[in-house]
Amino acid sequence: MKYVDEYRDADTARALSTAITALCEPGRRYSFMEICGGHTHTIYKHGLEDHLPEQITLVHGPGCPVCVIPMGRVDDAIALARNPDVILTSFGDMLRIPGGNGSFLDAKAEGADIRMVYSPLDSLKVARQNPDKRVVFFAIGFETSTPSTAMTILRARAEGLTNFSVFCNHVRVCPAITAILESDDLRLDGFVGPGHVSTVIGCEPYEYVPRDYGKPIVTSGFEPLDILDSIRRLLVQLAEGRCEVENEYARVVPWEGNPKALAVIDQVMEVRDTFEWRGLGWIPESAMKLRDEFAAFDAERTFTVPGLRIADPPACQCGEVLRGLIKPWECGVFGTACTPETPIGTCMVSSEGACAAYYNFGRFSRSRVREATQA
Amino acid sequence: MRVTEEQVLERIARVRAARPRLREDRITLAHGAGGKATHTLIEAVFLDAFRNPELERLEDGATLATPAGRLAFTTDSFVVSPLFFPGGDIGDLAVNGTVNDLAMCGARPLSLSAGFILEEGFPVADLRRIVASMAAAAQAAGVQIVTGDTKVVQRGKADGCYVTTAGVGLLDRPVTLSAAGARPGDVVLVSGPIGDHGITVMLARGELDIAADLESDTAPLHELAATLLDAAGGGVRLLRDATRGGVATICNEVATTSGVAVVLEEKAIPVRPVVNGAAELLGIDPLYVACEGRFVAVVAPEVADVALAALRGHPLGADAARIGVVGDDPPGLVLLRTGFGGTRIVDLLVGDPLPRIC
Repeated sequence: MKYVDEYRDADTARALSTAITALCEPGRRYSFMEICGGHTHTIYKHGLEDHLPEQITLVHGPGCPVCVIPMGRVDDAIALARNPDVILTSFGDMLRIPGGNGSFLDAKAEGADIRMVYSPLDSLKVARQNPDKRVVFFAIGFETSTPSTAMTILRARAEGLTNFSVFCNHVRVCPAITAILESDDLRLDGFVGPGHVSTVIGCEPYEYVPRDYGKPIVTSGFEPLDILDSIRRLLVQLAEGRCEVENEYARVVPWEGNPKALAVIDQVMEVRDTFEWRGLGWIPESAMKLRDEFAAFDAERTFTVPGLRIADPPACQCGEVLRGLIKPWECGVFGTACTPETPIGTCMVSSEGACAAYYNFGRFSRSRVREATQA
Repeated sequence: MRVTEEQVLERIARVRAARPRLREDRITLAHGAGGKATHTLIEAVFLDAFRNPELERLEDGATLATPAGRLAFTTDSFVVSPLFFPGGDIGDLAVNGTVNDLAMCGARPLSLSAGFILEEGFPVADLRRIVASMAAAAQAAGVQIVTGDTKVVQRGKADGCYVTTAGVGLLDRPVTLSAAGARPGDVVLVSGPIGDHGITVMLARGELDIAADLESDTAPLHELAATLLDAAGGGVRLLRDATRGGVATICNEVATTSGVAVVLEEKAIPVRPVVNGAAELLGIDPLYVACEGRFVAVVAPEVADVALAALRGHPLGADAARIGVVGDDPPGLVLLRTGFGGTRIVDLLVGDPLPRIC
């Protein structure tokens, strides 16, 4: 596959692996956090850790949009969907996320009209086809997907659609990174920075990370060679005593981001004072809401939303996983009470969730397998 | 000229004796009521297409003369959406699906039954098209459809047409094929490129606005299976057609049931570039995508080369490949040596990324 295979080449990976090993100071341990769930998925899906020396630990960050949705927001959306006039549309990833009282799929089985869409624009199609229903799009995602929600709202307004609204859960990546940096019990040597988010916001917003917190950050693509090369670049910075924002994903990410996409977000949305994140708690200025001008498209204003606050199940350690404090398998319920079939926490649901990635792809002893497969 | 009552009665008898014609364009509830309309539907559509002495008797069941020995018996239901897709339709899928299940037992398929659940309002022309492709598929597979059933449900209670087939086949060779039969050292083969069917159906739904030059791989596999069994005989541990859940699911069944590890080599697994591309866009792993004309074979190491050559010598197995080996550790797990040079688990899927593909 063109433009893909060249970023998955095993020989190049081995060369990068050699370079990475050579850059590691003997006896020193390195911890790098990949912020994006997409990176976590790539790391496990391709078995990337097999190319890293044992000195390097990858810590999985909070950048999985589905994983950070608090249970209360799921319950709020289900409450909307139980309204017989409502069709709730959502990305497939969300359907199995457990709320306080079941998931979208459970609510669907009980009769709520919840439909999976591939794009927010598909929700407009549903709205046009069902003029006697009120269609609510459950919008989630970091800045990557915020512009498409904003564009959809503009399109709905241009078409004069009055039966479409958005339940907005769009979050911002930088406040989450700050929350990670502010947590006392975490020691990181640098970040593999967001890729798709950066296509929208660019690299500039991360400049405070090296400046104020002294951690290098390399914006990385999503192919396995991208991630290996980003790790190599982090090690080069550390070896040379540099600490800056670097762009490994320059083939897609312009330094200044995408001004048009940013303008569309700014036209339709504004920053919320605060927003609750699964496992991370309330983070100031960490999410978006619709501007007053678009109140007619804001499900939080056109419906009575219960505004439920549900504490995470006590056994679930998604918060520690999302903050990189523990590895997925260190959670007390990992793989026993909490599995992809019966998830307790969000990290076990999305393919980008660290727990699901580890459970689905990485659940084996590497040393044992090395012996078995090389025999 | 006056017509006598006898003449009229004679005419009526003649008309009643003639082959009934189905005049309706759409299926009505009457077609499922068991009365005249049902008989007309059976005669004009099903008998007309499947005609054979056993079915023509129109008894409650078929009676089959079978040579002494073991029989294989299977059933499968089909709810694919859309009903028609590039390379096939629900009809040939329903025949090939059951033929293949029999072939995977090592059996020679003999006879099939066909049950139809039709939605009120379903176009008769579509039904004829489905039935015609079932007849063609049955002929190609050398089996007869000897008994059947039709039900009609109200509009909105089904999605057009569902088909259930069952089949019996004769086990005329002394093989025992079982998912429990894999042993460390065995070799895993696949009979051709994977994922064509699932991706074709997904794209045929038109929800994704992706166009690709791709057809379903639906095909009867009994000849290919027989070719393999003739060449490698007792060295064949198991055959499984890679339908729902794809190659990944079969390998997991083998690993669990046999208590072995299955180690797949990603680069060796044949996947068409167009399937790879579409799967990449959809975020689906081709290893989990259904085929309807491919099987996975686990064979003893000493017959692996002969088995692969035999598969490749048949038109349906021209692109067969050796995709992995069976190991002893870790038992119950499927591992993939990735093209990138790493190793990962290939687990059973949770949920269904591609619903209603067969």
